[in-house]
Amino acid sequence: MASPKQEAHWAATKSLMIITMLLWFFFGTVVFAFGEQINHIKVLGYPLAYYMTAQGSLVAFVVMIFWSNNRQEKIDREFGFSDEDREDD
Amino acid sequence: MAQKSKFIQDLPKIYGIYTLGFLGFFALMAFFETQGMGAKTIGILFVSFTILIYAIIGWLSRTAQVEAYYLAGRQVPTVFNGMATAADWMSGASFVAMAGGIYFGGYTYMAFLVGWTGGYVLVSSLMAPYLRKFGCYTVPDFIGTRYGGNFARFCAVLVLLIASFTYVTAQINATGTIASRALAVPFEVGVWVGLVSILLCSMLGGMRSVTWSQVAQYIVLIIAYLIPVFWMSWKLGHIFPHISMGGTVEKIAALEAQYGLIKNSPDVLKAAGVPAGLSSMSTPHSGVPAGAMAAWKYISLAICMMVGTASLPHILMRYFTTPSVTSARRSVGWSLFFIFLLYFSAPMLATLSKIQLLDPTLPTAIIGKKIVDVQAIEWVKNWTAVKQVFIADLNKDGILQLNEWFMRDDVVVLATPEVAGLPYVISGLVAAGGLAAAMSTADGLLLAIANAISHDIYYKMIDPKASVVARLTVARALLVIIGAAAAYIAAMRLTGILGAVAWAFDFAMSGLFWPLVLGVWWKRATRSGAIAGMLGGLISGTWYLIYVGPTFMNQTPWLGIDNLRFGIIGASVSLIAMVVVSLLTKPESAAVQQMVDDLRIPSGKTIIKHS
Repeated sequence: MASPKQEAHWAATKSLMIITMLLWFFFGTVVFAFGEQINHIKVLGYPLAYYMTAQGSLVAFVVMIFWSNNRQEKIDREFGFSDEDREDD
Repeated sequence: MAQKSKFIQDLPKIYGIYTLGFLGFFALMAFFETQGMGAKTIGILFVSFTILIYAIIGWLSRTAQVEAYYLAGRQVPTVFNGMATAADWMSGASFVAMAGGIYFGGYTYMAFLVGWTGGYVLVSSLMAPYLRKFGCYTVPDFIGTRYGGNFARFCAVLVLLIASFTYVTAQINATGTIASRALAVPFEVGVWVGLVSILLCSMLGGMRSVTWSQVAQYIVLIIAYLIPVFWMSWKLGHIFPHISMGGTVEKIAALEAQYGLIKNSPDVLKAAGVPAGLSSMSTPHSGVPAGAMAAWKYISLAICMMVGTASLPHILMRYFTTPSVTSARRSVGWSLFFIFLLYFSAPMLATLSKIQLLDPTLPTAIIGKKIVDVQAIEWVKNWTAVKQVFIADLNKDGILQLNEWFMRDDVVVLATPEVAGLPYVISGLVAAGGLAAAMSTADGLLLAIANAISHDIYYKMIDPKASVVARLTVARALLVIIGAAAAYIAAMRLTGILGAVAWAFDFAMSGLFWPLVLGVWWKRATRSGAIAGMLGGLISGTWYLIYVGPTFMNQTPWLGIDNLRFGIIGASVSLIAMVVVSLLTKPESAAVQQMVDDLRIPSGKTIIKHS
C-alpha cells in the first residue's frame, strides 16, 4: 500500500492537476461561451474573442503547461520522488 | 553505449547542419529560378530532394532491436521529441487545409485551433508522465496491464484501429494529392508514390526511424509555413504580423460590410456551374456569430478536439520514447510550443491572403475589378484551369463581386505565394512542407497500428514465445499491409480530408479517454468497468455517427451535436458505463493497487519489465 509520503505527494499532485484543469477549462471553453459579449473589446487592435481563438488561448496553453510542469517537478523533488538525477536534457 | 550518447549529444549539430543545408537548397533553387529554371522542375526537385533525405534518415536508423524498434531506445531528448511530436501531430490537413478553413469558416472554424492545442494540457497533466512511467510499448499495452486480461487489451486495440485507420487514409490521400501535383502524375500514382516514401521512413527502424525523420520533417514544414507568411507580411509593411495586424483585421471587417457578405443558395450555384467543393466568402472574418447555439457549437467542437488529442495513440506513444518521466512531461510542453508556432500563424496567413484580394488599394486586389481583367491574371488562369478557382458573374454587371469569387480551401495555402507575387520557389517550398506534414503523420499512425497488432495481438496474445526476429518481421510486414490497405482506400477517394480527421478524434475520445485517465487517477476502476467504458463509448459513438451522419441516416442532431462532434455522446456514455460497472464489480487486487501507487511517482523502475 501507499506510504504516507506517497499519499501526500499524490494529494499535492492532484490539487495541481485540478488547478491546471480549471485554467484549461477557462481558456478552452469559458472564454468562448462569452465570445459574442467580449468581441467589442480591442486587444492589439484585434477584437477580443477573435484574438483569443487566434492567439490568446494558444499562448495561455503553452504557458500553462510549462508552469504546471515546473510546479510538478517541485512537488516531485519535495517528496523525494523525482527521477531527474541529471541536468543534461 | 558511449557511442549512442555521442550521437545524442551531436543531435543539435546534426540537425543544425541539416537546417542550413535545407536553406541552402532553397537558396539554390531561388537562384536557378532567376536563371530561368521552370516552375515544374523546381517543384519536382523540392519534392524528390526532401523525400530522398527522409529515406536516407530511415535507412541510417535501421535496427534489429525490439527496444529501438518500439521505443527508439528511450533516449530521445526532450526538445527533439517535441519536434517529432509536432510533425506527428500536424497533418496534411493542418498544413494545407487549416488556413483555408479559417479563411472561409471564420471564428467558428477557429475552434479547431483551440481544440488542437488545448488537448496538450490534458496530455501533460493526466497522461504522458504516467504512461511513460508504465514503460509500455503501445497504448493497449497500458490498458492490458493495468486492467489485466486479453479482452481489455483487445478492446483497446479495436478502438486504436478504428481511430487511427480513419485518420491514416486522410493522410495518404493528402500525400497523394501533393505528390501528384508536384510530380505531375495522376492522383492514383501519387498515392502509391506517397506510400512508398512513407514506408521508407518507417519500415527499417520502426519508432527510431520515424522519430529522426519526423524531426527532419518538422524543420521542413515549419520553414515552409513561416517563410511565406513573413515574406508576405513584410511586403505589406508588417515586421511581425502576429502583433501588428489588428488594423488589417478591422479593415477586412469594414470591406466585408462595404462589399456585402452574401450566401449564395445551392440553386444559384448549380445554375452558374460552380464546381463542387469551391466556396465564396460569406462568413465574417473576425465576427462572432450570435446566440447560445453558436457558442455551444464552438465549445463542443473545441472539447471534442481537445479530449480527442489526449486519447490518440499515435501521439501518446511519442512520450514513451523519452529518457525519463520528467522529460516526457517537459517534452509535452515543447511539442505544444512547436505546434503553436504554426497554429498561431495560420490565422495570420488567412488574414494576409484575404486582404490581398479585398483591399482595393493593393495591386493584388481582384474584388470590385472588371471580370475580364481578373480572368487575364496569370495565377487566376492557372488555378481556373485545374478547377480550383471559379468566377461566376451572378448579377451580370461585368464587375467581380465578393459572392462571385469561388475557390477551394486548399488554394489559400497553395496559391497565396503566387497571389502575392512571390517567386515560384516559394510554391515549391510549400509543396515540400505539405508533403512533410502529411508523411510524418501517416508514418506515426501506420506505426501505431502495426505496433498494436504486432505487439498486443501477435506477441501478447497469439505467440508470447515469439523470437525477436519473428516479432520484428511481423511488425514490418504489417506496416506494408496496412499501408497498402490505407492507400487502396485513399485511392478510391471516399471522404474529404477534414471529415475523416475530426472523426478520428471522436472515435479515440469515445473509446479510450476515460479508461486511460481513470486507470491512473481512480484506483477503484476495474477491468469490467474499463471494458464497459471502451465498448460502451465506441458503440454509442458509432451508433450516433450513423444516426446523424449526412452520408448515413442523416437525422436531426440532438442539441447541435453533429457528425463532427459525436465524441461528446461516446465519451459521456463511456464515463457513465465505466463508473457504474466499476462500482458494481469487486475492487482490483492489492497487486493492482500497488501498481497504481508505483505508477503515480516518477522515481523508480518502469512498471512493465520487457524481456
